[in-house]
Amino acid sequence: MTITLYNYVLSGNCYKIRLLASLLDINYETIAVDFHPGQEHKSKALLKLNPAGTLPILVTDGHVFTETKDMLTWLAQHHDQSNTWWPANNSDQLTRVVQWLEFSSRLSATIGELRLNSMLNKAIDVEAAKHGSKICLRELESHLTEQRIKGIQWLSGDNPTVADVACFPYTALSPDAGIEHDDYPSIRSWLHALRSLDNFLTMPGIHELHELKSTQKISP
Amino acid sequence: MSGYDHALKYWYPVAMADELDTGQSKHTKLLNTDIVVSRSNDERLDVNAAGKSLAVQHAYGHAWTTFSDTPYPLFAIPESSEQERRFVPCGVVRVSCSPLRAVENFLDIAHFPFVHTGVLGSEPHTEVYKYDVKIDETVDEVFATNIKFFQPQASKSAEGGIETEYIYRVPAPMAAVLYKTCPPKPECLDVIALFVQPLDEETCDVWPWMALYDDTSSMADLIQFQQLIFVQDRSILENQMPRKLPIDPGHEIPTKADLTSIAYRRWLKKRGAYYGAFERS
Repeated sequence: MTITLYNYVLSGNCYKIRLLASLLDINYETIAVDFHPGQEHKSKALLKLNPAGTLPILVTDGHVFTETKDMLTWLAQHHDQSNTWWPANNSDQLTRVVQWLEFSSRLSATIGELRLNSMLNKAIDVEAAKHGSKICLRELESHLTEQRIKGIQWLSGDNPTVADVACFPYTALSPDAGIEHDDYPSIRSWLHALRSLDNFLTMPGIHELHELKSTQKISP
Repeated sequence: MSGYDHALKYWYPVAMADELDTGQSKHTKLLNTDIVVSRSNDERLDVNAAGKSLAVQHAYGHAWTTFSDTPYPLFAIPESSEQERRFVPCGVVRVSCSPLRAVENFLDIAHFPFVHTGVLGSEPHTEVYKYDVKIDETVDEVFATNIKFFQPQASKSAEGGIETEYIYRVPAPMAAVLYKTCPPKPECLDVIALFVQPLDEETCDVWPWMALYDDTSSMADLIQFQQLIFVQDRSILENQMPRKLPIDPGHEIPTKADLTSIAYRRWLKKRGAYYGAFERS
């Protein structure tokens, strides 16, 4: 089965798909879309594929996905043999996954927009976006702090899910929009946990973790 | 002459040449001054500051303007007339840093393995071999030559890692031009330029532009490759302290790998190009 991602390298939403594909070792092809400066996502050809004029677009045999959350869900349902990234057999956790998937849209609408403003000069209501971004980060920080007290590292339970992948990019990229992570210790710890996963993938603005030097003693 | 007065003498990019439809305009800033870029006809863009019309010229895919009635001429890039090349304006990226820091970062190769991992550099190939730097007095430009560096993916057209040759050229305080090995056409050099529009001393809009030999990559692929590289630098640039570039020796301890940067800073100081510099404004 061929999976094709219409991709823009600087988009946090496109990165969600690239990241999950990397974590789950899914093969896919990309088609570069000239989002900036070309505005190609608003071109006739792409509007035909996605009338909403947004990225990413994911095309698989028989499906054209235009909503990032649906892409993540579909990829996990079809390519995760462990059934943990979309925990279909755990209805309690699944409810929380859906809740945090929805929350990820608020991050895109606030931090995502603010980032487009500060990086690519997109015209937006900056003050409203700043305010909204901080409210989202506080809400996330508060939830992750409660999770830590319970000894839980991830958003919805003891394992990472598509919800963590969906909330990760714009949270991690908030410094691009001028919002540092200093005030959010639980978020920092969660970001670190995600970046420590096997097959983690970087993007501009999200750097690789520095490898810790081995503590093993070298025999003389 | 203050750093600001000195900066007034140059041409700066303010838009891509094909930006804006007829009748459209945009507001931006140049050297702390609000300007309006507009298109009154198909041929050219106009630039106005406080109702006054500024000089405009189109070159290297961009519209350039200046506040001066007697500016220094815009530097030449002869490769821009080689019609077999692909000319790729890459749009604009805003960075909260001194315009001089944006140029200096472009001249640095030592950071490649750590910031552009797997693309422009990789561990353990971190050594910067000896290279040559000079200030060419006849044209008054900084040149760095004989640079060689191992690059896993030197450009979109590269297939596998190669040892890439670089020549850097600084033709104006807020512009830098790089000539590097062209993977599909080794007898020629690709040209990658960084044109910086100083909004103020701590904010700039950066306009990368390329003149490449590459018949296969799509335009979107070429643009995204360059944007990927530049935005990897952006988060580093925004965290450099102080925000303005120190150009007096003594603030920082350079290493041998920083020869180009040392020459650039010395050249800025000699010219009085203190706009965006830490010492004076």
